[in-house]
Amino acid sequence: MVKKLSVIDVDLCVGCQSCMFACNRRFAEAGVARSAIHVQSVGGVEHGFIVKVCRACQDPPCFKVCPSGAISKRKDGGVLLDYTKCIACGNCVKGCIVGAVQWDTTIDKPVICVHCGYCASYCPYGVIRLEEIEEVET
Amino acid sequence: MDAGMLSKILYIDLSRRRHWAKERPELFEESLGGAGVGIRLLGEECPTGADPLGPENPIIFTVGYFDGVFPLGSKAIAMFKSPLTGNLGESHGGGRFGVAQRMAGYGAIVIKGRSEGPVYLAITNGDVKIRDASTLWGMTGSSTVGRIIRENEGGAGLRSIMRIGKAGERLVSYACVITETYRHFGRLGLGAVFGSKRLKAIMISGRDSLTFKSPKLYRELYDELFKTLTKSPLMKKYHELGTPMNVLPLNATKTLPSKNLQLAQFGGAEVLSGEAILERYLGRRTACAHCPVSCIHIAALRVPYESEPYFYKTKMISYDYEPIYALGSMLDIRSVEGYLKLMDTVEELGLDAMSTGVVLSWATEAMERGLIGLAETAGLSLRWGDYKAYMEAAERIVSQRNEFYKALARGVEYASSKYGGRDFALAFGGNEMPGYHTGLASHLGHLVGARHSHLDNAGYSIDQKTNAEGRRPAPAEAARLIFEEEAWRQVLSSLVVCFFARGVYTPEMVSRCFAAFGKSLAPENLRRKGEEILKEKHAFKFREGFSFDRLRIPKRITEIPTPQGMLKEEELWEGVRAFERLIRG
Ligand code: SF4
Ligand code: SF4
Repeated sequence: MVKKLSVIDVDLCVGCQSCMFACNRRFAEAGVARSAIHVQSVGGVEHGFIVKVCRACQDPPCFKVCPSGAISKRKDGGVLLDYTKCIACGNCVKGCIVGAVQWDTTIDKPVICVHCGYCASYCPYGVIRLEEIEEVET
Repeated sequence: MDAGMLSKILYIDLSRRRHWAKERPELFEESLGGAGVGIRLLGEECPTGADPLGPENPIIFTVGYFDGVFPLGSKAIAMFKSPLTGNLGESHGGGRFGVAQRMAGYGAIVIKGRSEGPVYLAITNGDVKIRDASTLWGMTGSSTVGRIIRENEGGAGLRSIMRIGKAGERLVSYACVITETYRHFGRLGLGAVFGSKRLKAIMISGRDSLTFKSPKLYRELYDELFKTLTKSPLMKKYHELGTPMNVLPLNATKTLPSKNLQLAQFGGAEVLSGEAILERYLGRRTACAHCPVSCIHIAALRVPYESEPYFYKTKMISYDYEPIYALGSMLDIRSVEGYLKLMDTVEELGLDAMSTGVVLSWATEAMERGLIGLAETAGLSLRWGDYKAYMEAAERIVSQRNEFYKALARGVEYASSKYGGRDFALAFGGNEMPGYHTGLASHLGHLVGARHSHLDNAGYSIDQKTNAEGRRPAPAEAARLIFEEEAWRQVLSSLVVCFFARGVYTPEMVSRCFAAFGKSLAPENLRRKGEEILKEKHAFKFREGFSFDRLRIPKRITEIPTPQGMLKEEELWEGVRAFERLIRG
């Protein structure tokens, strides 16, 4: 069964960024430059937070705008990125209207969520969760 | 970038509008980072006898190896010469500053000189902009300043915006610097040093990913720490009620100062308890960057507009134990709304809440005793519990409309030297008293602590332990325990991890974490480094004229019983001498 990362209740988010640091730790590195998930405040922490994650679109715009064929569709939603084909043009970043394609400044390539769920296990408040995607008729 | 490599120092000279970076890896090898590197740089950069509000006083921000690397490695250290005490100025701030500075690649930032006109700094990986801040200067609220810079600058989510309020601009000796609206570089007057340089704000943002000598070990240690920090009972109190959980227990043990410590119990404790505020006012929780504990509790206060019926606004105001003590208990304010409104005024002005509360409670008692009158206060009568009068008084401290308010703006030590009432002027080494009348170790800790702050050595916690055993620590024993605790805290504040995680980051744990960087630092070596840093801080204090002999013990603390009975001045002196021997040893 294919899974995707979902935001369950953004109002529970405290902005601790544990998820961002976790995603970066997939590479056993500390920091945020390689993180596919992004948390920022809604104009100041007093107003709460936005959690930007890949929506695992059925018809992903980032796929459509990639000129080099580096982005391919994943079964049942979302995309896969082939770094070797990526020409670092940044079209995918602009193409994603929810801002879920981040830029890995260490290798100068995009970083797109692979829906592994690693981040969710570090969210102390259950804001994000890995969920099964219903199969889509094709 | 290698996580075990901290080396870059950013220098900014506001007078010449120049900035440059220097690589100094040896400094971080020797002194870790944070407080350790901060005190070294302060010694180098601050000339002996510098005017704290002169261009020669540097502002130094430092981070350490654990910032952005291990959970609760979320803090940064500021070092400067304090306009309040005239010696060591050091304050610790959370929010997002520490992580942002680390991710921007700077181990330390040194700001010198004085700008011609108001400016703010925008710092990113490899770039510094000195931007005009004339429009922001004189703005009523510190939160508006944050709002404008947020709109002007990029890097949302990866940045920190620190700023001063009017108190800093007007050089109030205990003006603070506010970061992310609710966290502060609070004590000892960093805000005034910003103001003296015409520096209104700093925005810093960065993105980085740090590598390890032992990546596997790094992930393992992270998981172990994360689990302990989120599951362990050690962190529970900070997580659930936050620091206001202290209100009721301190009140029950008669150790919560009220009405300028005429009492050690507060009539409004139930009303202003962490439990009560949570139930009716808690509006949001938030956390410093890279901290799953989220101890920051923010109350939502709905306020009607007086001029416009049918209009309301909701103010989000953070509450913590220390401000509840200083602005609630000390001033005998027994309503949550009154306390929150006063707190909000103090935040918008950019005053340190603790110093402000103690200054106002001294002024109230001085008025009661007839040492000052309406002539001094310019017609304002200061009465316990009258939060509206205190809000006005806070405004007047900042505008400094007459000699009396000018004196209040310099702290209670100075004000009482002019108007009398020394016996009940609650300051230690020139810094206003924290809220723990727990016994000998607490007050001894304030006297001898390098910053004269309860966070230096948590003397209150030594008291709480011995009080529970039904005994009283001997002065020499208390001095030794204080010294050991304060020395170890130098290591934590050099890494820089939040003190709330001190139970988890033991010397053994810290030593294991260093192994992930490929560094071998035995617990004993770490402890020794802590002692060295502490001694170096005292060397700076001595250089700037501090002496243990000239400490003043406010008589009031010996007049109100503690759980250990009445404190005796001789015992406190005995403790001070024992501590001095350890520092000089
Ligand atoms: S699901 Fe995996 S790739 Fe996606 S944001 Fe979380 S940790 Fe990163
Ligand atoms: S870990 Fe959870 S609470 Fe923390 S920032 Fe991410 S989504 Fe928000």
